Amino acid sequence: MNIFAFQFMQYALLGTAITGLTAPALGIYLVQRRLSLIGDGIGHVALTGVGIGVLMHRSPVLLATIVAALGAIAVEIIRERSRTSGDIALAILFYGGISGGVFLVALSRTGGNLSSYLFGSPLTISNADMVTIVVLGIAILAVTLGLRPWLFAVCQDEEYAKVAGLPVRTLNVVMAVTTAVTVTTAMRSIGLLLVSALMVVPVATAQLVTRGFGTTMALAMGLGLASGVTGIVISGPSDTAPGATVVLFAIGLFLVVALGSAALRSWRRRSLPAAPAASDPPDVLLGVEP
Amino acid sequence: MSAVLEVRRGVVAYGERPVLRGVDLTVHTGEVVAILGANGSGKSTLVRAALGLVPLASGSVSLFGTPIKRFKNWSRLGYVPQRLGAGGGVPATVGEVVASGRLGRRGWRPSSTADREAIRAAIEAVGLGDRAKDPVGTLSGGQQQRTLIARALAGQPELLVLDEPTAGVDAASTEAFAAALGDFVHGGGSVALVAHELGPLAPLISRAVVVHDGVIAHDGPIPEPAGHHADPDHDHVHPHAPHLPPSLWERP
Repeated sequence: MNIFAFQFMQYALLGTAITGLTAPALGIYLVQRRLSLIGDGIGHVALTGVGIGVLMHRSPVLLATIVAALGAIAVEIIRERSRTSGDIALAILFYGGISGGVFLVALSRTGGNLSSYLFGSPLTISNADMVTIVVLGIAILAVTLGLRPWLFAVCQDEEYAKVAGLPVRTLNVVMAVTTAVTVTTAMRSIGLLLVSALMVVPVATAQLVTRGFGTTMALAMGLGLASGVTGIVISGPSDTAPGATVVLFAIGLFLVVALGSAALRSWRRRSLPAAPAASDPPDVLLGVEP
Repeated sequence: MSAVLEVRRGVVAYGERPVLRGVDLTVHTGEVVAILGANGSGKSTLVRAALGLVPLASGSVSLFGTPIKRFKNWSRLGYVPQRLGAGGGVPATVGEVVASGRLGRRGWRPSSTADREAIRAAIEAVGLGDRAKDPVGTLSGGQQQRTLIARALAGQPELLVLDEPTAGVDAASTEAFAAALGDFVHGGGSVALVAHELGPLAPLISRAVVVHDGVIAHDGPIPEPAGHHADPDHDHVHPHAPHLPPSLWERP
């Protein structure tokens, strides 16, 4: 019998697919801002929310979302205010977050399974989890796709966006909260410590072959989705760690595309010996009269 | 003539160090004002303060007659920074960057035909029509600078504020830039332009303001180049030292 006939496998597949689609859609803005590792830090902070949830016998996903959102807003304030000491403030926030989570879960004496939050446990996604993941996934896509021109402008050049009269602070807070929601949506499927990989790696892979922001975003979402689905299809029958399989597959894709595009470039260079290098000739050579 | 940009007794300090010490700057409708000065004179800080990017320690700024704190109509103004922002971990095409200059005027509406036409026209105006789908990262410095000017023009502003638009830009791009700026001025636009040297922009300038050591040293016609600066072949490159070292043939 096909293992994917079981509901838990279907939930695992759907939950991971949604993460694969949404994580790069948000992650591309973080990469554009050169804040690739912020997602990881927010994941650390979310663990405190999980700890509070376990301790109070409330939904860990809901509390993780709230705490991660507060953490993301704190990160945004630190980023906006400080230039030099921000680095240390972030480190304190992130390690405080993960220690708080570990401390609280241990305090609950429930033997709560910490690693299922850190590294994901897609096979144990419940009905309630599934509903939450679908609803939050739709919300993430609505923000990241619907507000794309504005988020792009703010991430590309924040000062310019201010002078252009865009509501920069509001957009930054929306992005911070969406980052938190993306992290907690991914928590059940690939885990708090691995979600950042799906925010960054598919974007890194896509931009090896794309030329624009829109195409990079579309391709990254496609690659993320493919990684999520393939990872579960591989890990389900072979019983490997699902979250890690998804991330390793995404990194494998990156290596294949990186080597492939490098090989293609060198083959093109060799097959066209007379052509100039990939860089553009200066305008003077294009016949533009000075 | 009404003022589109006005700074009154502006004082700016970075920490303890005063950068602007009570400067006045006015740009009237239709004027093209060049803000000149040496590196570190405070000329860039002056325009950044005028745009609200740097807080004033004292003094006031008004845009189009409205104090900057209450100014809302930012689409009347187009800003061209010195270079492409720090963003850019991800490739973006010329068209995508220029399109972000239209958002202020577009508001939260979906993009209309007029929006797309304005973006196309802005890219054409700076002579990058054939590069619209190319990533800005692959362009030359001068072409990137033209992209930023197109971004400001896409919002169809009344006032352009440019921070050293021709610094380190090749001759062809400077010409294309001067042409685009000329079209903008002839269309009735006002300009405030920070520059180290004017080159082909000089005929467009209606008034020059020289900032020296945080105060306005000159406000009027473009000052005549003096000394070796007046040499037509003078290559305007300043060593980062207070004085030129004496050459072999000069007495120190």
